[in-house]
Amino acid sequence: MKILVTAKRVEDPESKIKVKPDGSGIVQEGLKYKINPFDEIGVEEGLRLAAKHGGEVVVVSIGTKDVQEQLRHALAMGATRAVWVNHAGALDQLGIAALLQKVVEKEKPDLVVLGKQSIDDDQNQVGQYLAEFLGWGQATFASKVESLESEAEKNKVPAVALTADGKAVRVVREVDNGLATLEVQLPAVVTTDLRLNQPRYASLPGIMKAKSKPIEELTPEKLGVDVTPRIQVLKMSAPPARKAGIKVPDVATLVEKLHNEAKVV
Amino acid sequence: MPIVLIVAEQQPDGNLRKASLNAISAGKALADKAGAELHLVLLAKDPAKLAEELKGTGAKAVHTAAAPEFEHYLAETYAPAIAALAQELKADYVGMASTAQGKDLMPRVAARLKAAMATDVMAINGSGADVTFTRPMWAGNVFAEVKLTTPVKVFTVRATEFPAAATGQGAAEVKTFAAKVEASKTKFVDFKEVKSARPELTEARVVVSGGRGTKGDFKEIEALADELGAAVGASRAVCDAGWVPNDLQVGQTGKVVAPQLYIAAGISGAIQHLAGMKSSKTIVAINKDPEAPIFQVADYGLVEDLFKVLPALRQAIHGLK
Amino acid sequence: MDFQLTESQRALQDAARKYAREVVRPKAAHYDETSEFPKDLLSAAFELGLINMAIPSEYGGLGLSHLEQVMVCEELAWGCAGVATSLIANDLANLPIILHGTDDQKKRLLTPFTQKVKFSSFCLTEPGAGSDVAAMSTTARREGDHYVLNGSKCFITNGGYADQFTVFATVDKAKKHKGITCFVVEGRPQGLTTGKHENKMGQRASNTTTVTFDEVRVPVANRIGEEGQGFLVAMATLDNSRPLTASISVGIARAALEHSLDYSAQRQTFGKPIREHQGVQFMLADMAMNTHGARLLTYESAWVLDQGQRNTLQSSYAKCFAADMAMKVTTDAVQVYGGYGYMKEYPVEKLMRDAKLIQVYEGTSQVQRLVIAKELFK
Repeated sequence: MKILVTAKRVEDPESKIKVKPDGSGIVQEGLKYKINPFDEIGVEEGLRLAAKHGGEVVVVSIGTKDVQEQLRHALAMGATRAVWVNHAGALDQLGIAALLQKVVEKEKPDLVVLGKQSIDDDQNQVGQYLAEFLGWGQATFASKVESLESEAEKNKVPAVALTADGKAVRVVREVDNGLATLEVQLPAVVTTDLRLNQPRYASLPGIMKAKSKPIEELTPEKLGVDVTPRIQVLKMSAPPARKAGIKVPDVATLVEKLHNEAKVV
Repeated sequence: MPIVLIVAEQQPDGNLRKASLNAISAGKALADKAGAELHLVLLAKDPAKLAEELKGTGAKAVHTAAAPEFEHYLAETYAPAIAALAQELKADYVGMASTAQGKDLMPRVAARLKAAMATDVMAINGSGADVTFTRPMWAGNVFAEVKLTTPVKVFTVRATEFPAAATGQGAAEVKTFAAKVEASKTKFVDFKEVKSARPELTEARVVVSGGRGTKGDFKEIEALADELGAAVGASRAVCDAGWVPNDLQVGQTGKVVAPQLYIAAGISGAIQHLAGMKSSKTIVAINKDPEAPIFQVADYGLVEDLFKVLPALRQAIHGLK
Repeated sequence: MDFQLTESQRALQDAARKYAREVVRPKAAHYDETSEFPKDLLSAAFELGLINMAIPSEYGGLGLSHLEQVMVCEELAWGCAGVATSLIANDLANLPIILHGTDDQKKRLLTPFTQKVKFSSFCLTEPGAGSDVAAMSTTARREGDHYVLNGSKCFITNGGYADQFTVFATVDKAKKHKGITCFVVEGRPQGLTTGKHENKMGQRASNTTTVTFDEVRVPVANRIGEEGQGFLVAMATLDNSRPLTASISVGIARAALEHSLDYSAQRQTFGKPIREHQGVQFMLADMAMNTHGARLLTYESAWVLDQGQRNTLQSSYAKCFAADMAMKVTTDAVQVYGGYGYMKEYPVEKLMRDAKLIQVYEGTSQVQRLVIAKELFK
């Protein structure tokens, strides 16, 4: 089974995001960068599937040379090799999906596993765009029935299950009010939700091994994709600041405030 | 005249998903600004009943397509039907509520329409051809004003930011259209509902959340939630400890909520939790520790043991009725 | 000069940081309270390759540079200094073999550590011979192809759990430091006993015992270096390990600084967060400045080793400055917290207790100054 996974470079979710005073973007200074947490879950699921069914995990990322750090992280986790699409400018989800489509056509994986969204843009689109561009089935928000404390999780059992004939995957999806299960013919696109798995840590031996794993460089030009953004970000702003709150002495005052002032009960 | 097409959603139980009404009012606001007509579309095995309900929401027309394949939602069967209708109507905007289905479906529709898309739209700005959307990035730490430059523009709306459209006003024309159902590579297996009498976290008007201070005892949290008709939420620590199901987690890595009233009981207020709830209209914090960071975002803070406060609060609110 | 970490250095640091934050930190208070041996944390560290960092790649190790080792070690100590000390205790014990062992000794005595969780103890200090190593009274008597060891060692890290011991003993007390010889005892042979786990002030997660040798036989093949070379072996080992102990101080101080920054933003007095008071700002600034200064000294002392040069001076600068710095920074952290800082419910008093040990072990701050002075007079 050949699995393609993604590793977008995003701001560390622990870091504080501040908007530049002119609204042209966020303050980059002092920020740390990580693999998108949802992508990391995708890498983990890919590794578990490859461990169970044999095959390889190829990781792809798009961006400047900096994204090699995220590719190496996935390689340190255990991915076999990496594809780097070298591109410096802004990208929208249409452009990203178009680039990934070309990479998929080149690599011909059985399964593409991506994060359901990246924690910077929060768009939640690329997997679905990609599936439609490829004419493949999709299972978004992949999750699992077992908890992250379960034996299955401890034993690193993949939640995405290959069917008996090996031609489809069964995916449990986290949707409103419950869990929906789909069976998607391969090749397919799966996007990961938070509860799919607990990604393994990159080990020091893994990191040292990753140094010598190959990273293939591609460009939008080589792939023949026009990535001119069709989403213009005109302005960024900080969310409106909350007015300073007050401490109330007792329940009676609280209820009075909620009833008469905030008018919410 | 430009057209705004809003996709209405049927729940597995056959009812209209409430968030659709919020998306319809967002669609109305957009239609007003863009000088456009509002149309609705609904796909279902038998759309007649919901079409009646949608008729009265003030749209110009309600387009419905019936097919046995539409009984169970699949992006692969829904997206071609909706994209084909949008093309036939020459719709300029296609939108839906940011529900799980909306997020799954709309990018696929957008891909067919070669359209750019904005997710979780919170506000619609400008007018005419210069309409822009405000949407959250970085888990709501940044609000971005974005302009989509493709001929067709696709979006989903964050339901809590728009009022629910009233029903029973006006009578839209109900038009049926024949949707070509494409063979799907995906098979619906089943849907297991997580039974809850309480509203969906992301749609609820009131959310009562518990943190480590509950020590895993959610009885009082649930009792207050039921008194208020609220959803129950939890901090990550509580979910990780296995005290409550994971799908209750509010935060950057869980659900992002923005209710009218958010009550945080025994939650200290880690950055990642705050990212998930600080857009709430009114925030109440109940915590024994006066230094807890949650008090910095709370409109009303009460420094007290939650096990003392919650029963009293429930009774006092009951008394208001 | 390049102060930019490489991509792989950042990756190693991140991996250690994640372990420290998610695996160690949640249990640090528990092991501090109970003083139990943190077996689960050490096993997890083994899985991630965070133990035995000094073993060369030819013998199954990772082949990390000294600079990389101190970067990782700072993170471990940021999680819990006691755990970090337990983790680097193997390096301290194995450095004599790495530095002065034969190829055969390295294969036999190092490689097993890369294959399973296994602890080794560095046995130098004695009840009557700490800083004054030449006063050592543990003896080694040659009998055919064996030596027989007799004597007592104290304050031995991981003593209760080790099944390999690197022991310094004298073949002739009259020769003073020229009689000291280094041996490796495998397993826990007859005559080797360890005392009860010491009830320590800080770094309570690390196991500390006495180790007693009563007619313990060691094959000649396990003598590291020649007879009488032990003192040199010990000094070279400490040159190599001082950057690591320095980095433990840096990790402790960084934790103290971060806690203080957080707390000073939350805690209000006179109507504003205490970090807006100048008196507190001065303390925070000094804490940050000194922590970073110690880190740079530590990096340099490791870098000199990576260049294949002797780092006695730089590593003494680093270890001494970092240990004294960590004591001051953690004391100030307790001050920033005020009364709460003195309470065990808050994390900073532990840091203060943990920091104290580094001024004492592997050469006190006073001994470091003697070494520095001696180097300056050369």
